[in-house]
Formats: sequence, structure tokens, C-alpha cells
Amino acid sequence: LRAWFFTEDAYPYLPDEDSYESIRVNLPNKHFDPATGADLYSMYLDMWCAADEMGLNIMNNEHHQTATCVVPAAPIMLGILARETKNARLLILGNPVSNRSQPVRVAEEMALVDVLSRGRLECGFVRGVPYEIAPANVYPYRGTEKLWEAHDLITKAWTTHDGPFNFEGRWFHARQVNIWPRPYQQPHPPVWVTMGSAGSAAQVAQRGHIGAVFLAGYPRIRSIFDGYRKGYLETHGTEMPIDRLAYCALICVGNTEKEGLEGAEKLLWYMSSNKVPPQYSNPPGYHSPEMAATMMRGSNSGTGLPTSTNLAEQMARGNVFAGTPDQVFEQIKSFYEYCGGFGNLMMMSQAGFMTFDETLASMKLFSEEVYPRLKELTASYDAGQMREIRAGLPDVENVDVSTLASEFVR
Amino acid sequence: MASETTTVVSLRGVDVPIVRRGSGPPVLVLHGGDGPVDHLPFAEAISGSYKLLYPTHPGFDGTPIPEHFDNLQDLIFLYLDLIDSLDLQDAILLGFSMGGWLAAELAVMSTGRFSKLVLVDSVGIKPGGPFDRDIADVFASSAAEILKATWHDRSLAHSISDMTDAELQTFASNRIAHGLYTWEPYMHNPKLCYRLHRIDFPTLLVWGENDGIVTPDYGAAFRDLIPGASLSVIPKAGHHPHIEQPNEFAARFLEFASG
Repeated sequence: LRAWFFTEDAYPYLPDEDSYESIRVNLPNKHFDPATGADLYSMYLDMWCAADEMGLNIMNNEHHQTATCVVPAAPIMLGILARETKNARLLILGNPVSNRSQPVRVAEEMALVDVLSRGRLECGFVRGVPYEIAPANVYPYRGTEKLWEAHDLITKAWTTHDGPFNFEGRWFHARQVNIWPRPYQQPHPPVWVTMGSAGSAAQVAQRGHIGAVFLAGYPRIRSIFDGYRKGYLETHGTEMPIDRLAYCALICVGNTEKEGLEGAEKLLWYMSSNKVPPQYSNPPGYHSPEMAATMMRGSNSGTGLPTSTNLAEQMARGNVFAGTPDQVFEQIKSFYEYCGGFGNLMMMSQAGFMTFDETLASMKLFSEEVYPRLKELTASYDAGQMREIRAGLPDVENVDVSTLASEFVR
Repeated sequence: MASETTTVVSLRGVDVPIVRRGSGPPVLVLHGGDGPVDHLPFAEAISGSYKLLYPTHPGFDGTPIPEHFDNLQDLIFLYLDLIDSLDLQDAILLGFSMGGWLAAELAVMSTGRFSKLVLVDSVGIKPGGPFDRDIADVFASSAAEILKATWHDRSLAHSISDMTDAELQTFASNRIAHGLYTWEPYMHNPKLCYRLHRIDFPTLLVWGENDGIVTPDYGAAFRDLIPGASLSVIPKAGHHPHIEQPNEFAARFLEFASG
């Protein structure tokens, strides 16, 4: 198993929540103090560097017009980390290629980071959450098709070394494509794509890329990972290697259970702060009519992330792993066996007001006490054996997930 | 009461349901982004002397969005085919909001089959500069803001809480189609202002005095681009004067149509 340290780089110093309509899209940036922001960027970069020193890998991402994530250009942060870190793999999850008008520019940025880091880039492509639609001003209908067209153009740009080609697709057009530099890794950096249903998982599996899932929890993880395994087997004729699947959860490890749970409470800022009105969480064309209607009807009026930020409930759902090293290991192991195994654990281990020291203490306990055991667990992965273990674990009672984490469903 | 019939016209694989009502010279009615309204309150008054042809744009009212459709251009060319297929002669084009934009685009492309044009609180042009908000951004507005901008009498608005699940799903589907046809450039064609001079038949623009989606000033700018067009503003009405003041709307339509 490979573990990926992740923070969304929030700017948490906000006025009273009742004083604004939304933390995303239209929150005036007068609330962003540049000097405070500079301190925060410095802290987040230090955290990633600490992850590198602890033997963890690094994941970053980008969002736009939001205090929940003040990195609107993840490749810039990656460019810094390419120099500042030594060993960590550098995962961007991801490039919002459905929303970016120039896929070739993405190919160039990623090739540059790959060369700067001497081949440590892992390149993710995402459709982007619904709140990204207004800032990007790209109609989200058929966003998944757009993602795959951009993917095809980018991978072609990475792997073409004998002069230019032209591209005239449905969504994107490019002339005389001939990128400099080309990627360090051959034929190209590993590709990750997010997935939120069995259908989208099968599309990732067909291409053999790493499929990543955010916060699907016990209620949905089996159907998504099953979709990937089935799609992989059908396309490639062999069982999926375990390193093809990735899961992201909120993780806090403490010396005591109390310490771990207190830290996890702070991580829940990621969910509890996500105040978003329906016009941003449910733009036309993003969700299916069924999901859009459910969100319109929903008691939470279509806010994206779960309104329930009760820690016990989120832990029961498999969205948060927290406690002592033993407890966290057992929680992850249970989830791992329940869903049939995965080889990448993306760990959001900093959010909101969680301090540098608190974050590092949790990361250190994870890397020293939990990570080795998880590596051991996945090293013994055997597809047949895993199926037997899984068969003995009945489906967790099918709780109504309604619009829970609906921005990750597609 | 005039009876209604619904037929489906198939145009190269795209099925367009058309409601027909009344008899007389044809009026091609093009609905707006809210989708077809079942009981057009002014239809009773008009269908005594005209034959209303009321198609549903693909994507609305439960119909699928054709695989190759990306924006309003696709709808315009579908309607050019439809007009040929119906062999419309001397028809009156009547378009509401987004349907008004569609009507104006058809009018500049195919002037031969139409006798008159009526645009009701229509979008489609961009009179202001890049920083001017000519058309309310309905896709970035709260439900309360949209309600306020759309209606003079807000009690006439459909409430989500009163919709059945099936109606709500149709509402959600309509919204997807509306976004597809109007997303970017937002609710307008930058080229249309250079083409509206081609309209060589009488044109009436009808506007709700209190429309906050596109104001009567926007209507006046639209009028000024169409040779000889006139603007008729209906008091105590917002974006849907035909729903808020159906009698007044029908009277103004009939006066123009028969004139």
C-alpha cells in the first residue's frame, strides 16, 4: 500500500458563517488576507515536505473561488514540491480537464513537473465538483466525455516524439502539437482518474489507470470497486493488480483514542464548513435529472457534502478513520476487506484549524505505527483469498445516502 | 373550446412532439427555457382565429437531448427542417424568452415562410458591454432571486414543494436542456445584432413591465435592431406577460396579427 498525505489548503479564518451565503464561488475575497495566506501556504508546503521526510507520498489538488482550498493552480504547488522534496511520489488529483480549455497546456505543465521531479509525478484527471462550474464557465453536461477526450489528447501529446500532430475532436482542437519538454517517465506518468459509480469505474478500468474514490464509505464503495474489478477483468483478461484502486478518507492518529478523535473532530471542518447554496451545488447539466431532482427535494436543499458532520456517524460510514494506531489500523483493515482491497490510501490529515504540530504528530504516528502494518497487509494480497474474506462480510446495512457526497458521484 | 391534437414529427431521427390547436393561419409557438406550459392561458382567445402549432424542443418535457446537440445552433437547424417539413406558409412566429431568441434566429435565416414575428420577453442579443449584466444570470441565482426577477405576481410561480416527483424530474431535465441551449455565450448570439436587419415583415415585441430577467430597456434595444418593429409593454407583468396578463396579451397579439 502507498499512503498519500493530503491537505486541501484551506483558508479557515472566515467571518461568522451566517454573514455569508456560500463559502464557495461568491465569498468576497476581501476575507482573504494576503499576509495570512502567505503564512498558510508556507505551512502547507512544510507539511508536504515533512511527509516526504517521513516516507509518505504527497497528494495535492485545486479548487477555484473558495476558502476551502486556496490553491487554484495545483501545478504551481507541484512545481515547488518537485524541488523541495526528494523521494515522495507527487500526485495531483487532479487536473480538472473537463473545465480547462487547453489540454495541451495541461500536458506541458505535467511534463514539466515530471522532469523537474525526475519522474515522480502521478497525474490525476478529474471532472471537478459542481461548485467549479461557475468559476470555469464550462457547461457540465457530458463532462465525462469531455474528460476522456482531453485525456486522449494529453496522453497522445506525452507519447508523441517524432514531430507534431493535429487534433480535431468534439470538444478540443489543437494544431501542431509537439510538447517540450516531454515527460521524464516512459511512456508517460501514471494516470489517476476519479470515479463515483460502477459505470464510471469501468471506464477507468478499461484504460488500466488508477481509479480513485473519495468518501464513498461503506454505503457505496463495493459497487464502485466491483465495477472497476469487473471492467478490468473484462478488458485485460487478468485480475486487477491491487495498486489500481485508491480510497480517500479523513485520517487522524493519536497517542490515545481521545487525542485521535479530537484531531478528527478538527478534520470535520472540511465537511461542516462547506456551506454552498443549491445554485452552485446543483448547476444544470452536472447531475443526472434524477440526482438533480433529489437534491432539489432534499431537506438540505442540495448542499453537496453531508450535512451530518457527526464524527461517530462519519466513522461508521467509513469516511473517517481515527483513534490510536491500533484502532486506525483495524478500521482501515475492516474497510479494506469489506471493499475487496485497494493499494492506495489518500489521507486527508489536515483541514480547517488543525495546526502544523497536531498534523505532524498524527502523520508521524501513522507513518511509524500504522503504515508498516498496512504495507504488510497489502503485500499479502491475493485476489482469490480476498474474495473469500469479502464473501464472509455481509453488506453493511444500506443506509440512505441520498445526496451524501453527491459531487463525487458520476 | 378548440380541441388539441398531438403528433410527433420525426426529423432525421429526432422526434418533435407538436400540439395543434384551433384553425386559421398558422402560428408557430416556440416555448422558453421553462419548457412547454400545458395550458397556455391565452391560447383559448387566439385559437378561434389561428391554428397554433406548439412543438416541444428536444430535451424538454421528458424528451431526450439528441446525441449531437451542443447549443442553440442545433435547435435552429432542427426547426428549419421542421418548418420545411410542415410546409409552413405565411406563418406567424411567436417566441417566448429563449424561444424568442430561436424565433429571431429563424427569422433572419428563413424570411420566406413567415408573415409576422412576435417576440415576448425575448433573450438573444447583447446590447451592453462585457461588464454589463444584460440578462439576469439565472444559473447562478438563488431560487428567491429568480422568483423576484421573473414574476410580478409571485404567487403564480410553480413551487418545487407542490410538484410530484415526476414533475420535479421533468423540471430538472428542462433545466439541463435550458443550460445546453443558452450557456455560452450566455443567452445570446453576438452575431445576431448584425443579422436582424434581414427581417422584412412586421415585428412586435411584447414585454412585461416588471421583467427582471430582461428589462423593457433590453426590449427597446432589441426593437431598435429590427426594421419597423414596435414594442408593447404590458403593466403588472414580469417575464411571462402571457401568463400573468393573458387577456391583455391575447388582445395585443390579435390586434397585431390581424393588422
